[in-house]
Amino acid sequence: MKPAVLTGEHFITGDIACAEGALAAGCLFFAGYPITPATEIAEHMSSRLPDVGGTFIQMEDEIAAMAAVLGASCAGVKSMTATSGPGFSLMMENLGLGICTETPCVVVNVQRAGPSTGLPTLGAQGDMMQARWGSHGHYEIIALAPDSPQELFHQTITAFNLSEIYRVPVLVMTDEVTGHLSERVVIPEASKIPLRSRPRPTGRKDRYKPFQPGPDGVPPMAIAGEGYGIHVTGLTHDERGYPVMTAEAQADMLRRLTEKIRRNVRDIVLTESYRLEDADVAVVSYGVSARSSLAAVDEAREMGIRAGLLRLITVWPFPEEEIRALARKVRALVTVEINLGQVHLEVERCCGGRVPAFLVGNAGGTVIPPESILEVFKSI
Amino acid sequence: MEKSKKKRNHPLDGLLRTDRIPHIWCAGCGIGTVFSSCLVAMQGSGIDLQKTVMVSGIGCSGRAAGYVKLDSYHTTHGRAIPFATGMKLANPNLNVVVFSGDGDLFAIGGNHFIHAARRNVDLTVICVNNLNYGMTGGQAAATTPSLAKTTTTPMGNPEQPFNLPLLAFASGASYVARWTILHTRDLTKSIEEALLRKGFSFIEVLAPCPTGYGRRNREAPLETLKLYQERTITKNGAHPVDVHLDIHRGITVGKFHEEDRPTCVEMYDRTCRPSFSVETA
Repeated sequence: MKPAVLTGEHFITGDIACAEGALAAGCLFFAGYPITPATEIAEHMSSRLPDVGGTFIQMEDEIAAMAAVLGASCAGVKSMTATSGPGFSLMMENLGLGICTETPCVVVNVQRAGPSTGLPTLGAQGDMMQARWGSHGHYEIIALAPDSPQELFHQTITAFNLSEIYRVPVLVMTDEVTGHLSERVVIPEASKIPLRSRPRPTGRKDRYKPFQPGPDGVPPMAIAGEGYGIHVTGLTHDERGYPVMTAEAQADMLRRLTEKIRRNVRDIVLTESYRLEDADVAVVSYGVSARSSLAAVDEAREMGIRAGLLRLITVWPFPEEEIRALARKVRALVTVEINLGQVHLEVERCCGGRVPAFLVGNAGGTVIPPESILEVFKSI
Repeated sequence: MEKSKKKRNHPLDGLLRTDRIPHIWCAGCGIGTVFSSCLVAMQGSGIDLQKTVMVSGIGCSGRAAGYVKLDSYHTTHGRAIPFATGMKLANPNLNVVVFSGDGDLFAIGGNHFIHAARRNVDLTVICVNNLNYGMTGGQAAATTPSLAKTTTTPMGNPEQPFNLPLLAFASGASYVARWTILHTRDLTKSIEEALLRKGFSFIEVLAPCPTGYGRRNREAPLETLKLYQERTITKNGAHPVDVHLDIHRGITVGKFHEEDRPTCVEMYDRTCRPSFSVETA
């Protein structure tokens, strides 16, 4: 039996790195359903979770997988699932339940081209807006976009930590290319991996209110079987967790659910700047497209074009401040992503018409070649 | 103050969120009777109530989770069983009771039901079957009798209903019973048995819905109870193929099936993680 943290150097795919990241983060429950190109995460978890006393279950569909993940989390266990487009669509219903009931969990989407069954074996980044708004109602969510197997390992840990800190489902929005890419992955010693756990109630059980927020806006979470006698519902509820069917209760609940993310944006958002110091054209990209963008920036520099890259590690909440700051510095922004303009809409919004915002995208099924980014650089 | 001191408490007050009463259930509705049988069984069974969880889906019966003073989870429509499955697998020491309605468990949640029964997840599933969707105002369900009128079958239901005990049995449930709300003693005993045994237990309880179903099918509230009295035949051990639910041919009630087979968690421990036992969870 292997330990939870496989310290050392590995040559593994992004999907496997993601699963190992989950184990290193303390994940003890995985519920899933086979789907290309995310199946390897489920397969790996099915063989690895028993090593650490955890539980793997293949459910009857992704609706059930997401429901089981929430149930396990409410029973006090760090839990996750992994899927791709069609399964991600099915998970939207219970993702909303997770948001409304503030149940920590991690959902990995190894994106493939859609709509519908689309191109199951070929990558895309077409679910980025679904990640933001796919479940009904207004809400805030956290979504990360790793660009390599190494980062899939680390960001899966970050996803668990953020979900525990803020009591919100966290999405890891990777893609088929990164998921199936084999690269060197260095797994640190367990003691070097910072882990976070959900806030827990203290004080008298009979005075505990399951949705009364702590100072950071996040309520301490009691788990099933501890004797708190809590009620948890997907209906609009008050601090006691009781359903209240009024516009006022709805406003109060939604204010808190959105503010616990909005007011902590500075602590949540991660970006990486590359050659931006003197740039006069900036690429905004994420995931595998950021790798194409990086190559394009280097080539542009050799040609004398002062290009730079802002890589979004966190896509939601959107790094608005970073984009606004860039828009004040450069002559133009170029969003690079494998869709026909999703994160681009946000970049455009944050530019506020100050500088032009271009899109280099495609319909999915292939990565963006650096040449097509260079062409846009030259035209600016 | 003197007056309130004299007020006698209901014996189930300890298990009720009395601050949430009055409940939403209509006059003549049968859910309350099933709910109270369930609470009496919980108390009587001697199970650790602190480790007992009620999970519900959506609908009138799904509101039960909101009235029970236990850890209780009111989930999404049809998804109580997979939520409960995750909970039970993550902490096998919990007693997990799913309390929901026929529309929730057998139409939108039908797939989850058969798979949880197949896996023999250690759950007690209580289905209040009122033959229609009550919460939305009386539409046809997967349990609505043929030719019965509902708001979406105004000329009569052209479809056949499920026979729930047969479906549960065929799917692999290890305990299958059907009662009506008139059989409260049998029902309570049945729930108690289900709570104390391992494996997937399923109890269907017929209950009137005078507001949704009764008034469109010429069944005044008391008439439904009279039907339960006159047309039910108790046949413990009857094969689920033979358990009718037909006001003309009769309604078979009883405990139809009970077998011991390893639960989902037991099989997982045995097969996948023999060095970790459930007790240490």
